[in-house]
Amino acid sequence: MKGIVTVLGKDSVGIIAKICSYMSEKNINVLDIAQTIVDGYFNMMMVVDLDRSTEPLAPLAVGLEALGRDIGVVVRLQHEDIFNAMHRI
Amino acid sequence: MISINEVQETMRMISEANLDVRTITMGISLMDCADDDLGSFCRKIYDKINRKAERLVQVGDDISKEYGIPVVNKRISVTPIAIAASGCRCEDYAGVARTLDHAAETTGVNFIGGFSALVHKGITPEDRKLLDSIPSALAETERVCSSISAASTRSGINMNAVNLVAGIVRDTAKLTASRDSIGCAKFVVFCNAVEDNPFMAGAFHGIGEGECAINVGVSGPGVVKRALESVRGSDFETLCETVKRTAFKITRVGQLVAKEASRRLDVPFGVIDLSLAPTPTIGDSIAEILREMGLEQPGAPGTTAAIAILNDNVKKGGVMASSYVGGLSGAFIPVSEDRGMMEAARMGALTLEKLEAMTCVCSVGLDMIAIPGDTPVETLSGIIADEMAIGMVNNKTTAVRIIPVIGKRVGDTAEFGGLLGSAPIMEVNRFGCSDFVRRGGRIPAPIHSFRN
Repeated sequence: MKGIVTVLGKDSVGIIAKICSYMSEKNINVLDIAQTIVDGYFNMMMVVDLDRSTEPLAPLAVGLEALGRDIGVVVRLQHEDIFNAMHRI
Repeated sequence: MISINEVQETMRMISEANLDVRTITMGISLMDCADDDLGSFCRKIYDKINRKAERLVQVGDDISKEYGIPVVNKRISVTPIAIAASGCRCEDYAGVARTLDHAAETTGVNFIGGFSALVHKGITPEDRKLLDSIPSALAETERVCSSISAASTRSGINMNAVNLVAGIVRDTAKLTASRDSIGCAKFVVFCNAVEDNPFMAGAFHGIGEGECAINVGVSGPGVVKRALESVRGSDFETLCETVKRTAFKITRVGQLVAKEASRRLDVPFGVIDLSLAPTPTIGDSIAEILREMGLEQPGAPGTTAAIAILNDNVKKGGVMASSYVGGLSGAFIPVSEDRGMMEAARMGALTLEKLEAMTCVCSVGLDMIAIPGDTPVETLSGIIADEMAIGMVNNKTTAVRIIPVIGKRVGDTAEFGGLLGSAPIMEVNRFGCSDFVRRGGRIPAPIHSFRN
């Protein structure tokens, strides 16, 4: 199962590092990263592999949200199917 | 692979435009609970509802967390009680309503629908018992919703039922007068009632349905409004295409959630209801879409055309996104639940007559409209009869959920709270119709209903 992580917020040092180290603790493999910075706002999307994750998706999403609050950005983890359903026929 | 732009579009729909799945409604058949003893019937339905819907709320919440899409309501609909309880030896069905309320509380759903009777052609003694039980049932319970089918294209309008329903509305208003007659917000009368509607107050699990089904209502007026902002001033073709594309995307999310809920609960997927359902939240309003389409206020000339366009294109976009479409699938214009409609009604732009006109083309009915508490019961019958006639002749579902707010007059406001919102008391035509509605009997089906 793949998940999509999105990060939105004011750019600062170490956003990706903190999120990636959280993921590696949970044995989540990052497959792809895309990011843009517009007017100092950091916008990132990661495709992650959750098959070997030590935790199920729902608590991971809660954990990432909390981590986002600590570093001052909005972090969401969602099942990739919601995006596939909406944008792929 | 999904692109960052696509991901951002979805995220914006959810976070900025209030995209959500409005309801996952589990339909449950109570036919096998029949018993001649009321007590054991109630025990059986309580056990069955709990057994079937035990995990409904948990599954809805899990899906919401994993897919990052709010699933606002989890609800239950059951076999119309006038049918399911018809074998019981009892005087009235208020006890059944209390049992349903208790089951809803135990399972954690916010509404349970099906305290209902299908009387569009005739009224059995059991139907009559149910009708008589409605006002006290609605006054005594919090989560029970009641609906009556009083007309259909195939059978005409049962005016005896319409007159009884008008009395139910008045009595329910009186019994809940201390809370702005809120009991009437949980009661709706239909022409061409549908058996798989997931939305309240009119949800019931029809007798043509299976043992259990998952029906899902999607929403997203805010998403449509946001999409239309990007094509301001464009022609109708562009307008329609934009609504269609947006509806497709919204409905695909509903389909995903419905299939996933169905799989996890091991209950067959029934239908997706393609309706744009507003809430009192800012940015979640049908009125805002109408204004974005170019109307100064909902109710202005052009409103009927605008709502027809909107609804038709929601359907055209939505149908391809889902394997089964059903339920009401029409525009909901509940005045109290839509902030923009409330404002339009308050300033006099939107009248009862214009709302009625809108139901001719697509809207599902006169919904959550507050009127003066001293409106004569015959006038209530007349309003209901008009709406039933529109549904009967146009071969569509129409409904009336109207609230005569006891002790309030035009210019006052009724406060229902929460999702039900608040509503200005609207003016009702003061000329009478009592000699007309008192004729009683049945209005025959229209000529074009004979299609065989």
